[in-house]
This record gives sequence, C-alpha cells and structure tokens, in this order.
Amino acid sequence: MNRQILTALLLTSGLALAGCATKPKELPPQPTGATTTTTTPPPPVSQPMGPVPGSRADFMASVLGDTILFDTDRYNIDAEDQGILQSQAQWLARYPNKRVTIEGHADERGTRDYNLALGERRANAAKNYLVSLGIDASRITTVSYGKERPVALGSDEASWAKNRRAVTVTVE
Amino acid sequence: MRSTLVARPVKAFAGPLLGAFLAVSPALAQTVTPAPQPSASASASASGQAADSSPEEDVVGTINNDAAIAIPPFPTNESVPTAADGGNTEALGRNLARVIYGDLKNNGLFRPVGPDALPGITFGEVTAPQFPNWRARSAEMLVQGFVKGGADGRLTVGCYLYDVGLGSELARQGYVVKPEEWRRAAHKCADMVYSRLSGESPFFDSKIAYIAETGPKDHRRKQLAIMDSDGANHRFITNGQATALTPRYSPDYSKIAYLSFLNGTPRIYVYDIGTGQQRLVTEGKGPTFAPRWSPDGKFILYSMAIAGNTDIYRVPVTGGESVKLTDSPGIDVGGSYSPDGTKIVFESDRSGSQQIYVMNADGTNQKRISFFGGRSATPEWSPRGDQIAFTHIAGNLRIAVMNPQGGEMRYLTDSWQDEAPTWSPNGRIVQFFRTAKDTGKTSIWQVDLTGKNERKLNTPVDASDPAWGPVLP
Repeated sequence: MNRQILTALLLTSGLALAGCATKPKELPPQPTGATTTTTTPPPPVSQPMGPVPGSRADFMASVLGDTILFDTDRYNIDAEDQGILQSQAQWLARYPNKRVTIEGHADERGTRDYNLALGERRANAAKNYLVSLGIDASRITTVSYGKERPVALGSDEASWAKNRRAVTVTVE
Repeated sequence: MRSTLVARPVKAFAGPLLGAFLAVSPALAQTVTPAPQPSASASASASGQAADSSPEEDVVGTINNDAAIAIPPFPTNESVPTAADGGNTEALGRNLARVIYGDLKNNGLFRPVGPDALPGITFGEVTAPQFPNWRARSAEMLVQGFVKGGADGRLTVGCYLYDVGLGSELARQGYVVKPEEWRRAAHKCADMVYSRLSGESPFFDSKIAYIAETGPKDHRRKQLAIMDSDGANHRFITNGQATALTPRYSPDYSKIAYLSFLNGTPRIYVYDIGTGQQRLVTEGKGPTFAPRWSPDGKFILYSMAIAGNTDIYRVPVTGGESVKLTDSPGIDVGGSYSPDGTKIVFESDRSGSQQIYVMNADGTNQKRISFFGGRSATPEWSPRGDQIAFTHIAGNLRIAVMNPQGGEMRYLTDSWQDEAPTWSPNGRIVQFFRTAKDTGKTSIWQVDLTGKNERKLNTPVDASDPAWGPVLP
C-alpha cells in the first residue's frame, strides 16, 4: 500500500476530527505543545521545553487520550472513541517506527474467564479501528487484563464505567 | 435450643438427655457420685466444672436427624518421639482426633465432640469400647483409634467406628504413614466415618489449588498456592511476580494447569509438581485461559482468543495438535467435561449475553441449556454427573446449580459477588470465591447442596479461584 496516501488520509481524518470536535466537554485540557505538533506533520527538530519526540510523554501530549471506554459487555467503537483513536493514528503515522500495545480491561462485575475474553475483544476492537485508519497491524499488539487491573477502585457504576476500557501504551 | 453441659453419672444410664455430651475432665469421669439431675441450677454448677472444654465444642441439642459422634484422643501403646505434630505419639494421638473432629464438624451433617472435651481412653479400650460410658454421654457414634510409632519412623494409625446404641463395630481401617503425612491418616479416618454414615463418597483426603491474594485492589498480588482440603499444609507455588489465575489440579495430582501473565500476556502453563518445571499448554499465537482437565487426565480444554474472538480447544496433555471445538463469532469460554467424558458444558455469548451450552466432546451438537434471565457463566459438571454448578449474574453474582438439561435451577448462595464454583470430589460440596464490595477482598467458601451449610475456608491470606482435586489414593 502507498504510505503517502495513507498518511494523507490520516491527516484528512485528523482535520475532520478537528472540525467536528466542537463539544468542549469531550476535549481534555490541551497539553502544551500539542497544538503545534498536531498541525505539523514532521516531528519537531528541537523542543527544549516539550517531551522527547516519539516518547510516551510525547504520545500523551499529542493524542486526545490514551483510553477509550465501553458500555457493559460491549466492545463497539463509538464516535468519541473514534476521535481518540484517530488522534492516536496520527501520532503513529508520524512515528512509523513506534509500536503500541493496547490493553483491554473489564469491570469487576463479571466472571474472571469471560472478562479476559472480553478485554481481548475490546483491545482488538481498538486495534482494528487503528488498522482501518492505515496503521500496520504488525505495529499493534493486544493484551487483556480482564478485571485484574482496575483504575477506579469503587464498587459503583462510575468506577465500573472507568474500568471498562482499552488503553493504548507506547512500547519504549 | 442449645443444650447445657451437665455432669452425669457414668454408671447410671438415664436415657437420652437432649443429645448432649458431657464435657468433663477424666478425673471427673471417674467419679461414681450421682450427678444432679438436669435443671437450671445443675447446669449452672456444671458449667463451672466443664470450664476446660473449648467453647467451639458446645453442642446444639435439639437436632435429631444428625449423628452425635464422640471422638476421644487416640491413645498410643507407647509414647515415642515422632517428627509429626506433637513431638511424641501420645500428643499426636490427640492431634489426630482433633483433625477428624474438624473434618466432621465442618461438614454440617454431624455433631461431633472432639478430644478436647472428652476423657482419654486406654490403648486396650480402642478395640473394646466402654459402651455404657458413651451411652451415658448420649453419644450415638464413637470414633476410636490408636497411633503407634514404628522403628523406621513411620506411624501406624488405627481407626474404628462404633454404633454406641447397638454396641457394635461398623467399620475399621488402618493406615501406615510417614510422620509428615500424619494428617492424611486423620482425613482417611474422617472419610471412613463420613462415608459409612452418609452413604456418600469420601472427600476429606484431598487437596485444593487456589490463588492467594494480597495487596491493595489496584495492585493485587496473585500467587498460585495449594493446601489440604481443611486448609492445612499450605504452600505457595509461584512467587507472585506474575499474576497467576484459575488453577486446576490434574486428576492424579501430578500437575496443575493455570494461567500466568509470566511473559506479559495471559497464557496457560502446565506446572509439574514433582519437578517444579512448567510448560505452555500450547504454542498457539493467542492468549489462552480457562484450563480444564478431562476426567481421565489425558486432555486439557482451554480457551484461546484469536483476533479478539475466543473459542474452546482441546489438546493432549503430552502436547501436540490442538482441536478447535467451537467456532462461533462470540466468546466461547470455559468448558467442563461430564464425568464420563462424553459431553462438555461451556459458556458462550453467541446469543448476546453469557449463557450455558452443552456439546458433545467432539464439539458437535451445541445446545443452549440456560434460560433463567440474566447471565449464566462458569459451568462446572459435578463428578456425580447429576448437577451443573454455575455463576448466575443478575445484578449480583450468585452460585446456583441445575440439572444437565437446564432444569431445576436453584441458588446456593446469596451475596454481593460469588463466582467460579468447583466441586468436592464426591459432588456434595460446592466451593467458590466471594468478593467483598469496594475493598475487593476475596475469600474461599464452601456450601452444601442444600445451600444451608455455608462456611468460609481459613486461608493465610485472601483467596480466590479454588479448585478441588480428587480424593487421594
């Protein structure tokens, strides 16, 4: 496949995202340096105050988020997830040597084995979307932690919602 | 109503008295002074005399359908030093009786009274019980035994079950064990008593593999561990650096299949207890989980996710080609053989939510059997074949059983989160783990098939994913 075309597609989708992301509540606080990097395809040559280009910190500063969330027992990628994954795809297009692992997680209110399978399904849903945006599948690995690694520790709907997630982690 | 502890004459037979046992010291037992009749004042005075009995030996007196079993300390012909608990055979004899008492007490069927609440017996009495004395104590059954130290350090343990009312012997067994295996002799003895009195197969002389949990909810350390069926002889197998989950003993106890995140992703390993070596259950590409043994120990079922889709596979324990048994676009996971090995019950969300299905062992004829509303998960076929235990999810997670056709569903537990039932070797007790709301603390519980006798297993730390092995040979 033609990488240049793919990159162009990515940029287009990134622009489309920028265009539709008018709901302020969905946008996390913009980290410093993010605006310039998202509109400048080549990696910055030097950025004294910013994160090292291609680093995990750079990834975190560049994307809308590293995490997408799911409804109970679901694994579909909704519009908000698409925006986040598109921003991750842009970063990956910019650093073609970088690889990521997508971690799939479930909330505590399910059985252990099923949650491992569900986490794997969620991680793959995120991976498949990145691949559909032109990212080479070989750059993305998945791992499921089932319900073993919660980030929110309460036993309530709000906590469970935060734990049903797929997290993209750059491989250093 | 709870009975009181009442001193009674050892020579005068006064008929059944609330099914209560005496709890008197051997010195008191020798008295021939007529004891006061059971009354409030007598109880009060007797309670002082019985102060040496342990509180947990108190007996509920009004249940008539369970057997009151006396288990005095096991005497020895000659007290000799031993490496077993107690240091000498005399002290060991008391410990043996204590283990038997614990097994029978926790089962829920019996009202045993243990060696700490009973007088000792002589070596000669073991085979010639003083039945009138035990009748006077309202004992219905009597478990007596002895322990002898051998020249090679091995121990010989005798175990006798008597019907006190009939004044006759019901069963006897003898065991020769190494000192470090002394508890097995006690479990075998308890198994003999349990089997003879209940008509069920034995299960005390068995082991449990489980996951020992420590640490806060977001940094749980999960280690593979094993213990005897009563929680004794606890041992960690893994050090906890990699999260371990869902162990299953092989039917011959030589191996444990379990999940580990050893190299970053969840994979099933087969751990050899004798050598301490382990290997991957399959070299397949995807993550593997939910290991289960075939009843003959020749195959392992596992679930593997490929590109997010999970299916159930079967592989020979010796390695080799895996056979894919399911092929639905949904998550097919778990799987538990019927005891005759011809069928497999498993879990699938092909209908949209987790439900339970049965298929032939070769994967053909897959049929849903759970139609209870909510979700049904983690099915486990009873070793007797007549029941399937599972987790029912409708808000809370609860342990339930049904027959293999999906009928006669009933709950055994009612808590916030109970899951992952497995069976005792005789198919009479279901073991599962319970998670506490908010703290995420876990504990292992056992419940009988009435759902009425539920107890928490004592483990050194928090515990989950219990799996029973078979009764030891």
